[in-house]
Amino acid sequence: MENIKKYSITALSVLLALMWLIPLVWLVGTALTKASFNMSFLPTTPFSTENLEYVWNTIPFGRYYLNTITLVVVTFIVQFFTSTLAGYALAMYRFKGQALVIVIIFMQIIIPNDVLIIPNFMTLSELGLIDTKLGIMLPFLGSAMAIFLLRQSFKTIPRALAEAANIDGATLWQTIWQVYVPCAKMAYMSFAVISVSYHWNNYLWPLIVTNSVENRTLTVGLAYFAKSKEANMQWANVCAATLIIIAPLLLAFFILQKQFMNSFVSAGIKE
Amino acid sequence: MMKRILSLAISLLLLLSMATALAGDAPLELSMYFPVNVGGSAAALIEKMTEDFNAENPDIKVSPVYTGNYDDTVTKIQTAIQGGNPPDLFVSLATQRFTMASTKMAMPLDGLIAADPEGAAFIDDFIDGFMLDSYVEGAIYSIPFQRSTMVMYYNKDAFKEVGLDPEAPPKNWTELVEYAQKLTNENRWGVGLALNSGSAQWAFTGFSLQNCTNEVGLMSADGKEVYFNTPENVEALQLWLDLQNKYKVMAPGIVQWTDLPTQFLAGQVAMIYHTTGNLTNIRNNADFDFGVAFLPAGRQYGAPTGGGNFYITSGISEERQQAAWKYIRFMCSTERAAQWSIDTGYVATRESAYETDLLKNYYADFPAALVAYEQLPYAQPELTTYSAAEMWRILNDNIQAAVTGEMTAEEALQTAQEQGEELLYDFQ
Amino acid sequence: MKSNQSLTRRKDPAWIVWALLAPSLIIMLVFTVYPVFRSIAFSFTKYRLGMDAPEFIWLDNYQRLLKSGTFNKVMVNTVVYALLTVLPSMIIGLGLALLVNRPGKQVGFIRTSYFYPSVMPMIAIASVWMFIYMAQNGLFDQVMIALGFGAQNVLSNRNTVLPAMALMYVWREAGYLMVFYLSGLQAINAEVLEAATIDGATGAKCFRHITLPLLAPTSLFVSTIAFTNSFKLADHVIIMTEGAPNNASTLLLYYIYQQGFTNLNYGLSNALTVIMLVLLLIFSLPRFFSQDRKIHYS
Repeated sequence: MENIKKYSITALSVLLALMWLIPLVWLVGTALTKASFNMSFLPTTPFSTENLEYVWNTIPFGRYYLNTITLVVVTFIVQFFTSTLAGYALAMYRFKGQALVIVIIFMQIIIPNDVLIIPNFMTLSELGLIDTKLGIMLPFLGSAMAIFLLRQSFKTIPRALAEAANIDGATLWQTIWQVYVPCAKMAYMSFAVISVSYHWNNYLWPLIVTNSVENRTLTVGLAYFAKSKEANMQWANVCAATLIIIAPLLLAFFILQKQFMNSFVSAGIKE
Repeated sequence: MMKRILSLAISLLLLLSMATALAGDAPLELSMYFPVNVGGSAAALIEKMTEDFNAENPDIKVSPVYTGNYDDTVTKIQTAIQGGNPPDLFVSLATQRFTMASTKMAMPLDGLIAADPEGAAFIDDFIDGFMLDSYVEGAIYSIPFQRSTMVMYYNKDAFKEVGLDPEAPPKNWTELVEYAQKLTNENRWGVGLALNSGSAQWAFTGFSLQNCTNEVGLMSADGKEVYFNTPENVEALQLWLDLQNKYKVMAPGIVQWTDLPTQFLAGQVAMIYHTTGNLTNIRNNADFDFGVAFLPAGRQYGAPTGGGNFYITSGISEERQQAAWKYIRFMCSTERAAQWSIDTGYVATRESAYETDLLKNYYADFPAALVAYEQLPYAQPELTTYSAAEMWRILNDNIQAAVTGEMTAEEALQTAQEQGEELLYDFQ
Repeated sequence: MKSNQSLTRRKDPAWIVWALLAPSLIIMLVFTVYPVFRSIAFSFTKYRLGMDAPEFIWLDNYQRLLKSGTFNKVMVNTVVYALLTVLPSMIIGLGLALLVNRPGKQVGFIRTSYFYPSVMPMIAIASVWMFIYMAQNGLFDQVMIALGFGAQNVLSNRNTVLPAMALMYVWREAGYLMVFYLSGLQAINAEVLEAATIDGATGAKCFRHITLPLLAPTSLFVSTIAFTNSFKLADHVIIMTEGAPNNASTLLLYYIYQQGFTNLNYGLSNALTVIMLVLLLIFSLPRFFSQDRKIHYS
């Protein structure tokens, strides 16, 4: 009886897993086989890299890759600094105005950036930052999620450690970077996973801010391609293009799946 | 203490400046935004032609920027101009010219034309039907470039299969229905129209022109009035609904513009209304014999013209204006217009292009390509008003409401009329 | 002030705190706080394409919206879409969590299959599903034809377009919500369940009377995330339908985008932004009143 129950649970979960995989299987299969007029779940045409080659040569994906990677990396580095400092301040001090600061940080959690596209676009054009990478990154350089995550983590670090450093004559700066940051590795990992996947996947804001190929991201490039009126078995090419842009993150996820899922949980809860 | 703060500030500044450096500077050369709406490799062609121009003019460097389809490009041009970082010139829909003029996004070109010794002759050589689409209140705001018109593609093999004469496509609406009924079977629709937003209004312009009684289809020439709810237009929309619901010879609901040629090539629909811009694409991919025909007539023949024109952004320096004009002259020169037409299927915009050996040989070899040109005398601009993007949306939304059974043809066009009049109220 | 400071950095002057906070705070003030007030201010103006300066019109934008059939449709769509996505993805998310709440290597693979859509950009998902839903040739229609229902062309039918999009969204979101339920389940003390089993409670009873109540805080929290997520996305509308047919799939954020960037109507799109903010606020309230808050934020 117990066994039957166990097996049926396993069977059901595997069945569902296979269902969940349908779009991915179709996507990969279609991207890697010769285009055909008839769409089918499993490929009916021979293996071919034609679609990948076509989209790679038609769309400046190399450039888009570089842009996206630049954005993701620079955003994370800056967030790393700003959030560490703010997280430390909130973890270590009591001060007048603290409640107000918390409220402001909360606002960012409740109001997703995409909702404020109109006023933020107006601000950005007044700053002359339309169609710049800085413009894409700027609203994200202070991250509420990261601040809460790091604050939480800093709070669990024994104060004795910091006091010892203090007695040894360490400055505030040194204490933060040499004592606190190394102790919060796990929190940084989570924050890195969330930050990178958010900015890799972000679409609406880069769509609005960028005009030129020099700044266009992978997602915006894909959307232009998917919406272009290029005719004829378009799905094979769109699948190839999609595969190109999702591959790195998806591979990273399949390798580090546990880390990814834990990160999403801890960041979500801190949100 | 100060030192620490200072070092903190400096490291932040460094980071920011690093980010700025990575963001790159705006190029000093001319930038041009352009859309591509049809199959084939039109984007690559524009880039190739631009390279030729740059090679010929070492002092100018035009960088073409592909900005998606027509709708996306309109949005991008608007946001770029609002963002204070506009392209120097751009290709946008001819229908955008009233908006471009009223919002002062584009400049009138009459000064540049007058200053150019060959300017007047250059303009005169454009086909009249296309130049119609260039004026706002008497001033020229745009130059015809990637212009298209709608034609009917039909599957000759399917015609033969059901006993129709493959050399006699339907000439009028009655024949259209009759042939479509014969061609429809379990696996194939008789006729296909793309009814998604951005396509329905184009096809509808054609049907409206075919059915109207006074050569006025959907709007007045000054772009300040619309006539959506005339009995003739209601009749035209009713024909669409009948094709779907009464005769059941057209796929119900909304078929996407992009899907339609694929369905045609796959043999799933026997006759489609589509752009000449897709000719090369269909020619290269059809594994059956196909024909190109005039759009079947209602009271008379009629077809929409569409596609993109060159605009020059207002407010750029005179030097840049001159360079942009030189580029436009180059891109629209007779030879290039001819080659462009052959490579893409777009209609050559210059009368003189049809005198070139290039086009003559092409037509001799591929007579189907000539159909679009021969149909031009019956063609008129598609829906063009002030606030064009919104007006398109209004017509498209209401056509969709009728197609999906939310409203009758009459109700839909009545609603469109009311919404359209409200939109144009400010311009009366 | 000094006496309030923490133990470790007793000697730091008060401004240090603000210096540490400044970089983050400035960004948040400029791009989160200021735009909220800016939207409210501009929502009282007529400001559109071609105008040099905004013109104060008090509540006209809001009145216009309330009278507009399209706006009402958009609000209904937004709420219907939220309902079609939030509850199903929570239930399925919980179901998936229960299925995979056990150790083992294969389980890792199964969890991965449920979760992977969360690391794909919505834009990529929408591009793929657009073809799945494509009329006649799409996978979905092929299945429908094979089953004898005929081609459905779901994206072009005003009754099916939102459910079709919701199905795609649930597929994406359920795995994401699953991981929250997993961590909630793992926090439930195994001894409690064991004790219950010894007392003779069966699986179903156990679940209804012990597991489910203990998961209530998680569910409340998850629901706020799910609602916010359902409101904050327009990517799939941009790719798949652009609001067709006749705005049957226009969601509020897409409408904001369209009014703002296609029609360049800043006055109206800011009024819409304010309405969106109110909506977000309403659906975030549970977060502030939940017991759970203490656990999560302290």
